[in-house]
Amino acid sequence: MDKNINIKVKIWRQRSPKEKGFFETYNLENISQGSSFLEMLDILNEKLINEGKEPVVFDHDCREGICGMCSLYINGHPHGPDEDVTTCQLHMRKFHDGETITVEPWRSAGFPVIRDLMVNRSAFDEIMQAGGYVSVNTGGVPDANSTPIAKDKAEMAMDAAACIGCGACVATCKNGSAMLFVSAKVSQLALLPQGRIEAARRAKAMVAKMDELGFGNCTNTGACEQECPKSISITNIARLNREFLSAKFKD
Amino acid sequence: MSWLINSSIGRKLIMSVSGIVLVLFLLFHLSMNVAAVFSAEAYNTICSLLGSNWYAVAATAVLAAIIALHFTYATLLTLQNRKARGSNRYTVSARPKGVSWASQNMFVIGLIVCGFFILHLSQFWYNMMFTEVLGHEEATLCDGTTIGTTDGAAFIEYYFSHLWVVVAYLIWYTALWFHLTHGIWSAFKLSGGTMRYGSNDGKLSPTFWLRSSSSASPE
Ligand code: FES
Repeated sequence: MDKNINIKVKIWRQRSPKEKGFFETYNLENISQGSSFLEMLDILNEKLINEGKEPVVFDHDCREGICGMCSLYINGHPHGPDEDVTTCQLHMRKFHDGETITVEPWRSAGFPVIRDLMVNRSAFDEIMQAGGYVSVNTGGVPDANSTPIAKDKAEMAMDAAACIGCGACVATCKNGSAMLFVSAKVSQLALLPQGRIEAARRAKAMVAKMDELGFGNCTNTGACEQECPKSISITNIARLNREFLSAKFKD
Repeated sequence: MSWLINSSIGRKLIMSVSGIVLVLFLLFHLSMNVAAVFSAEAYNTICSLLGSNWYAVAATAVLAAIIALHFTYATLLTLQNRKARGSNRYTVSARPKGVSWASQNMFVIGLIVCGFFILHLSQFWYNMMFTEVLGHEEATLCDGTTIGTTDGAAFIEYYFSHLWVVVAYLIWYTALWFHLTHGIWSAFKLSGGTMRYGSNDGKLSPTFWLRSSSSASPE
């Protein structure tokens, strides 16, 4: 049964990208375990505003786990301790009475902090602009089965397309690598006939952009896959490796 | 071919290929050494077959180059990755379950492996191949014992009668085990191994080899 709990939240506060950040701890009382983690932060912010203090800045948008806007490193896990959910889908019932919850922003050289818990993830947009698309207009929705696609491929492509680009993979990776994100974006297109044509160019361009932007080197620790709210598999990384290597060897 | 150095996947390829060559060498080394378990004589025959013959010396030089390459890239990758992680570290971070400890500490484990490797070289390689290359037929050890440079069995007997050497080698093997469980799996993952039958847990299972070879074919 959900009950009301009293908690402490230890939150990273940082006024601007250049300034030094620090932790501040807030007490919250009577938080319903049925509320979501972000609602808890809303309650905190309301309280702060009423006290005339600066509210905590954090990213969020859809609040239903599909946009990839929410982030937060909660108690050592991106998107918190629950499995396969985003922060906006995380509930307070995952925490117990009297607990101190540590909330940090994504920490990675590729994602500089903008303010408090909000980080700049536009590096992902740049990687997408480098090749994460199909160059021609493929028209409206085609008739079913007009282009036959094997079921297993369609499924793998769909699984890769589940990536919402939240950046949890980079945040959790000890190498600060963006390979899981890039590999999902390369895979979702490379597996389908429409995207296949540009697959080699895409893999090369996106990997080059990723490296240029200062993301680290993947060493297959697999932490990204474990923490990904959409359970994107590192099999995609193996696919990207192969796409990239075979493209380079062909050159 | 500059992409081998300039791209992250290129660097990964170098690590895995050099790593696999080293694993092959270990297998070769192992199969030679197994002889010592059964017959000192057979082992010494192998020792004299290798010894300071030109092919053994050439192979050693190649090996040394590969080890240097593997080590240099490991250092480079570790430095780059630390930089990519950023200057602000997490205050609380937990290793997600399903992620092996070895996979996140490859560099440190590698250093331990290197340390014992130097010990091993000073005990065996230096007294055997190197001394022979210098033109001596016998090596004088620090306590004054002299052993013929191709009398490998005598070296093994001499060193492994010291308890600390045995302990050191056991530690070495453990470190090597952790390094290789992640390393070999990762190298296969690079080429798309375990692709279709998807064991992603980073462990080597008996069916691993079968799976990785049968699934490495392009789709
Ligand atoms: S706010 Fe959209 S995924 Fe969490």
